[in-house]
Amino acid sequence: MANMSNKKHPMPSQEPQVRKHNFKEVATGYTYEMAIEEAKRCLNCKTKPCQSKCPVAIDIPAFIEKLASEDIKGAYEVISRSSALASVCGRVCPQESQCESACVRGRQGESVAIGRLERFVADYYREHYDSPSEKITTNGHRVAIIGAGPSGLTAAGDLAKLGYDVTVFEALHTPGGVLVYGIPEFRLPKDIVQAEISKLEQMGVKILTNMVVGKIITVDELFEDGFEAVYIASGAGLPRFMGIKGEELNGVYSANEYLTRINLMKAYLPDSKTPIKKSKRVAVVGGGNVAMDAARSAMRLGAEEVYIVYRRGLEELPARKEEIEHAQEEGVIFKTLTNPLEILNDGNGNVRGIKCVQMELGEPDESGRRAPVEKKDSAFEIELDTVIMSIGTSPNPLIRKTTPRLETNKKGCIVTFDESGKTSREGVFAGGDAVTGAATVILAMGAGKSAAKAIDEYIKNKH
Amino acid sequence: MYRILKKEMLNPTVMRMVVEAPLIAKKAQPGQFIIFRTFADSERVPLTIADYDREGGTVTIIFQILGASTMELASLNEGDCICDFVGPLGTPSNTENLKKVCVIGGGVGCAIAYPVAKKLHENGCIVHTVAGFRNKELVILEDEFSKVSDKIEIMTDDGSYGEKGLVTDALEKLVSEGNEYDEVIAIGPLIMMKFVCLTTKKYGIKTTVSMNPIMVDGTGMCGGCRLTVGGETKFACVDGPDFDGHQVDFDEAINRGRIYRDFETLRREENCNLLKKEVQ
Repeated sequence: MANMSNKKHPMPSQEPQVRKHNFKEVATGYTYEMAIEEAKRCLNCKTKPCQSKCPVAIDIPAFIEKLASEDIKGAYEVISRSSALASVCGRVCPQESQCESACVRGRQGESVAIGRLERFVADYYREHYDSPSEKITTNGHRVAIIGAGPSGLTAAGDLAKLGYDVTVFEALHTPGGVLVYGIPEFRLPKDIVQAEISKLEQMGVKILTNMVVGKIITVDELFEDGFEAVYIASGAGLPRFMGIKGEELNGVYSANEYLTRINLMKAYLPDSKTPIKKSKRVAVVGGGNVAMDAARSAMRLGAEEVYIVYRRGLEELPARKEEIEHAQEEGVIFKTLTNPLEILNDGNGNVRGIKCVQMELGEPDESGRRAPVEKKDSAFEIELDTVIMSIGTSPNPLIRKTTPRLETNKKGCIVTFDESGKTSREGVFAGGDAVTGAATVILAMGAGKSAAKAIDEYIKNKH
Repeated sequence: MYRILKKEMLNPTVMRMVVEAPLIAKKAQPGQFIIFRTFADSERVPLTIADYDREGGTVTIIFQILGASTMELASLNEGDCICDFVGPLGTPSNTENLKKVCVIGGGVGCAIAYPVAKKLHENGCIVHTVAGFRNKELVILEDEFSKVSDKIEIMTDDGSYGEKGLVTDALEKLVSEGNEYDEVIAIGPLIMMKFVCLTTKKYGIKTTVSMNPIMVDGTGMCGGCRLTVGGETKFACVDGPDFDGHQVDFDEAINRGRIYRDFETLRREENCNLLKKEVQ
């Protein structure tokens, strides 16, 4: 019997007043009954509009159908045909602008809660059925992957399944990329990431940590060592700053640094050996998901007042709606149409506050969004001890500088020639943030999938 | 894993460790650094490479046992492994096309200055070394420097060894004796590098300094190691650690180095108490 409710089953979550003081996961996940009920809202459309909006093309109606008939193992198998990181995507994908945006149920009421169902299936499978993955016998062809983030891990999984002997080179001491250093524990528990990575290792994927490609080994040396193809998925790079006065003061962080200290280095734990400022009043400059993560992390570290400072309006915030709502519920104050002019010095080299100006929206700019312009005589100050800059990144130079003839664009992003991720160098493929600049986990995964397919074709054609 | 093959004290607070890291040893150049984590829950800490042996597959680090992280590292023994050891990071020092250079090391900074002096010497450059320490007890690497230097001046604050005075006094003397340097390379405490730069600026001598700011990843991701150089934001981990000393904003760097002073003091005390308990 179909469930004709117009609304998604709400996601059980920790209460805002409780969760703003801890790093435990905010959304606690559907129960078995909730998941089956919600699955029954799917109309199983023949045309599968949802699937066509999924960057890794999961057969969404098929997995939901299995789930509705309580075949969770079957549902998981459908998802894992397309995605190696189901429990991650179920949590961090922007479903509202992808699969769920195309859901027919969304025309009258709310779409099916595809993301929540994906998460349920992956978690339930891991808790009830999961057994070590079988080691795959390799075909002897070696592929090197640079970066153990979502894009690299996806490519690694797909290539391993095709029989390739895959080695992933990770610069940090822990694999996972942005899933580990960027996205906080309260949105994506790290043991879930670790479980997904362990599965890849059980299949035979080798992950070498502390390997900064471009320094300890170059792309050309990887070929000399016998790798037949290289996939560059080294991620986004150095944080951008605004270039305003006071950004050098103590108490100014990039979101990358703030989140890396908290997530990768676990600075939120009371006995952590990595320090982080115990802030009372914090402003995060920027309006993306990373800004929301930084603001909500600051709240959890005990800040009394946390602001989001964003130069466009509330409607223009690029963060996911859910993240904005969660931040608002937790008490983050949104200063939209506000642009920083200067970070103020307390006289001892520390942040004392931020001087901002109010903005109003003018004509649409090249991005199609209405460009903010300064309102006259509207400058004001906010008293603060910490400012976190979350205004994007520019690509890491290490691989670009050490790989001759690898074409990059003006911004420093690696140029790819088609969706397969082919670069100007034979046998070198690239994808994820290293190509697109900062984007989403799922787009990086999609690029990893396409590259794996292209690498398979490339190596087969050579032999 | 990165095994410690040799461990020795160079003076009461400075330790030398030879670490098995063949891939890093193959690529290391003077001026580059590594990041270590002693244990799986330790902080990431950068240390400049003091020496390397490509055939033997080892990297040598020299560090002052100063804070909690270096105390942790010093607690390991020969045969033990360091949890993480990543590098070689940063851009190598320029040691090419130089005919006569004055290398200035201050305290444990001498450990970083030594491989640069050695490389310059190998390249046929005339090397004058000035090494400054607080007192005789703290003098390190004198023999090593002597082998690669055409002239060496040891300075101590209290005059207990070498000449009494600052490294800048020795530099002034060398310049006044008519030595013309293509470049001065200064590595040591920020305040020392600042004053060396003020001195060389007077004489118009190009000066390179090695910056060692607080870092997390060290690979060009976090931006914590940013400095202002010539009015621009630079990242020590990928743009440095060597910079034109006349362009560096030292006062800003000194201020940024103090961010976690309270945290560090607390952790050092905790560590000391733990060690005391173990001894008891």
